[in-house]
Amino acid sequence: MADIDEPVTARDATNWAKKVARLNVSSAPEGAVNINVEGRRLAGPFQGFGKMWQKTYQVRLPRDTVTAAVLIATWKDRFPEFWPENNTFYGPLTGIAPGEVALLNVALPGKMKLSTGVMVLYADEESFTLMTPQGHMFAGWITFSASEQGADVVAQVQVLMRASDPLFELGLALGGHRQEDVFWQQTLTRLAAAHGEPAATVDTRVVCVDAKRQWSKWRNVWHSSAIRSLVYMLGAPARRLRGSR
Amino acid sequence: MAEATATFDVRRSGSASVVDIRGDVTASSEEVLMSAYAEAADARAIVLNFSGLSYMNSGGIGLLVTLLVRANRRSQRLLAFGLSDHYRQIFELTRLDEAVGIHDSEQAALAAAGVK
Repeated sequence: MADIDEPVTARDATNWAKKVARLNVSSAPEGAVNINVEGRRLAGPFQGFGKMWQKTYQVRLPRDTVTAAVLIATWKDRFPEFWPENNTFYGPLTGIAPGEVALLNVALPGKMKLSTGVMVLYADEESFTLMTPQGHMFAGWITFSASEQGADVVAQVQVLMRASDPLFELGLALGGHRQEDVFWQQTLTRLAAAHGEPAATVDTRVVCVDAKRQWSKWRNVWHSSAIRSLVYMLGAPARRLRGSR
Repeated sequence: MAEATATFDVRRSGSASVVDIRGDVTASSEEVLMSAYAEAADARAIVLNFSGLSYMNSGGIGLLVTLLVRANRRSQRLLAFGLSDHYRQIFELTRLDEAVGIHDSEQAALAAAGVK
């Protein structure tokens, strides 16, 4: 039997979020809707329903304008700025740091806003990873990284995901995948523009890692942030009426 | 591409293959990990020995997911032992522990895999 070689403190100990049973949002910023995050469990690719995808988006920037470490530091500090228009990332005041929870409003077709969130699972000088809660469009991780390759610094977004439930799986097949690709392509274009390269092109690579759907997870639909966001939106007039009395 | 800083040595134990992991597991370990998996491809169960793991980032966890998918595709069980408290918590945080059987020792992992 091999012995466990337990270091006093692992080198990556401060890079990982501490274990949490359920998510807790300390305070919701104005405009953010915390109906799909508080009290939810995290959900990784094995808790999702649909096919598993690995999507990689990359943009190259000249190494003489920025280093990988500076790029990641900037990305963490100004993360919400690089999101595409009509989508809002309500980042924690402390910025992108392990264990922090952020609320999101994501634009969907038909002027619908999806309220959801993410937790910072991992962060170091070269990368950071967000993990989704139950009910998010997909169950998985999004890793943002930068590396120096030859004369370039390559900024990358890599998504490892399964649609959370059958409705989201259908939505992805009916244009959701394309919408998601555009979302991350726009994010990287904005990041490149902020570093003086507005015309940089984004390379996209999509791989189906597992074509099997996890039918046992169809019940995830009960947590669907889309359904809850829709109900919340439809209830807005009634809430306004109650508020005016 | 960054150089791999982890080694994955495969040894056979009955119908299972035990993979001894040493060093830093990151996304750059993909080639060496998949090459080790190819060596273990005909085993009924893959047992990962994490006792020599010194560092793992989120890219490393992503690799384990890919490995798990490949093992599932071949109806192989994936088990692990030798995880320090820190890495055990990471498995729980990422909910990988729901898909990978975690055990305290190699004997326990092999017994759970049904290997004598």
